[in-house]
Amino acid sequence: MKDRKKSFSAFIGICVLLIFVIILENISGFVPNVPQVLEPTSPLFTVLKKAAVYSLVAVTMNLLNGFTGLFSLGQAGFMLLGAYTYAILTVPTAMKEQVYYLFGGCAFDFSLLDMFEGIFGSSGAGGAVSMILACLIAIVLAGCVAGVFAYLIGIPVLRLKSDYLAIATLGFAEIIRAIFQWQKLGKVTNGANMIKGFPTFSSFNITDGAGNTILRLSTFVPFLISSVCILLIVLLIHSSYGRAFMAIRDDEVAAEAMGVNLFKHKMLSFVISSFFAGVGGALFAMYVANAQAKAFTSVMTYEILLIVVIGGIGSVSGSVIATFLYVACSEWWLRFLDSEHYIGSFKVPLLRNGFRMVVFSVVIMVIVLFFSQGIMGNREINIGALFKKRRPKAERKQ
Amino acid sequence: MEYAISVLLSGISVGGQYALIAIGYTLVYGILRLINFAHGDVFMVAGLMGIYFTATMPIGVSIPLVIILTVVLGFTIERVAYKPLRDAPRMSVMISAIGVSYLLQNTATYVTGGQPMTYPSIPLLSDTISVAGTQTKWVVIITPVLVLALVLSLNLLINKTKIGMAMRAVSKDYETSRLMGIKINMVISVTFIIGSALAAVGSVLFFTNYPAITPTAGAMPGLKAFVAAVFGGIGSIPGAVIGAFLIGICETIIKGLPSAWDVSVFSDAFTFALLIVILIFKPQGLFGEAATDKV
Repeated sequence: MKDRKKSFSAFIGICVLLIFVIILENISGFVPNVPQVLEPTSPLFTVLKKAAVYSLVAVTMNLLNGFTGLFSLGQAGFMLLGAYTYAILTVPTAMKEQVYYLFGGCAFDFSLLDMFEGIFGSSGAGGAVSMILACLIAIVLAGCVAGVFAYLIGIPVLRLKSDYLAIATLGFAEIIRAIFQWQKLGKVTNGANMIKGFPTFSSFNITDGAGNTILRLSTFVPFLISSVCILLIVLLIHSSYGRAFMAIRDDEVAAEAMGVNLFKHKMLSFVISSFFAGVGGALFAMYVANAQAKAFTSVMTYEILLIVVIGGIGSVSGSVIATFLYVACSEWWLRFLDSEHYIGSFKVPLLRNGFRMVVFSVVIMVIVLFFSQGIMGNREINIGALFKKRRPKAERKQ
Repeated sequence: MEYAISVLLSGISVGGQYALIAIGYTLVYGILRLINFAHGDVFMVAGLMGIYFTATMPIGVSIPLVIILTVVLGFTIERVAYKPLRDAPRMSVMISAIGVSYLLQNTATYVTGGQPMTYPSIPLLSDTISVAGTQTKWVVIITPVLVLALVLSLNLLINKTKIGMAMRAVSKDYETSRLMGIKINMVISVTFIIGSALAAVGSVLFFTNYPAITPTAGAMPGLKAFVAAVFGGIGSIPGAVIGAFLIGICETIIKGLPSAWDVSVFSDAFTFALLIVILIFKPQGLFGEAATDKV
């Protein structure tokens, strides 16, 4: 009963958040003279989009590292698989010649977008339906490809322990990256060049016939997909599987003695985490509007790992909060550190290109060394509690 | 034939340079059970210091200075980032190592402005010499010799001196050696000092043969050296050296294959494939001792 109440309030909370995002995004269209922060070109929306994508990936990493105790560093590799799957499946056939010009066209003469546009038409409501269906199916398939690869990789790798597992998954991510950069596969992966021309977040903005934007949805879409995925992960964590994962994390031997099938559950966690990392990769490709193997290096995995650590290993809401803080700091709030500033005629020392990241990494080191619990530790924010009337303490304890 | 010899020679020299980094990994892992992700970046910082110092000072001063400062850096990293976490879970220490690596890379980007820096040509090392009809640099010949000399002296240090005995004891059983009155912190510091000094020597040798240093230039050699250490059996110095030579040679052979096959992109991936194969079939490596997990 209490659980149902909790999930209901979480559901309401997410709906409120999504509606808020839509309003925030479109406020500049209805209210004249909004502050510059709310203009569509403001860094606010870049931050929101990127953070929505990254928070999903951070939560997938937390599922592995924080809830199952598998120290895996392969997230960037699975994101790469997702990004490429999405890109290859949705680039319109008309664009292929141009995207793959170095390889004389694409070997894979099919596009989900064209297929659905053939059924529903390419303009008006039919165009919207085909766009949504194509993107949705491509995103799910992106997750599936990442999940299948995770299964294959997991068979040998999940038998390894802690740091060996980390280095082996890192190695797999590098191998996947090398394969996608191989020129011989250029007809499919476009070699080391980027794939572009597929639908991105801004393709979801609704425009009228003259090309004027009526309703912006480009920030809403990543929020919607991410929150649905995170919700699914949270449901998984609260299921009996999730409890088995946590048992494995706390003590493998004890969990096995209690009848938890170690390998099966580790594999389940690994595949599900990779599935959603693949979805996150597809979203990342939509965010940057291209897919290129060069972007998915181990540095990206480290970045996500540090986000998870800042948020608290073992806390989903911590990961989400940390992602928004991290992305906002690195893309927006700390930008001023990268350019020279004068106070009067006094030039502030040290400020020049790259200083932001130095400050940032020092802050991260401080968190790692002195606040090893991160923002949330392993607690969660209970949305219901925010709206609840304060009850006497004795009653609340139950 | 001449081509084969030149590929083999440069493979041996790259392998020697990896060996110098791999020793740092294997020593630290043997004692702390920590993959020191920052080691590759210490190597990169040593390379950058080499560039800045040789620009202003004669070689005879700058290279020893690079080695000393790298040692100081390695020592400081251990004291600041790893020592406070001595009793924390292994994962936290590893995350701290990743954090240090991130910090070093970002600081290097800040200092260099993100521009690739070219290593100065060091007299003697960069001079060319002809071996069996192929032109090559002196560094290619010097590296294996220097590596062997350093490894032999390190072996002496570990097997014949008191501190070496302490290092062996700590890597066998951390808790017991602590109870036996071995100053753990001192031993760990010495390990980091040796590792950093060898990485500094390695950086001088490696980057003279390398077109440019970028802030991420240390990550890949670092990971490869780690793979070499695992391949040879982590904790074993001869193992790490042999593993490094093998990986260096294989890598240059892959890079040297006919360009029509276009496989040079796999030179890094090959190393990791090798790692995974070893971890699955012979996790203790070539010379490592089989670890027993106690419940």
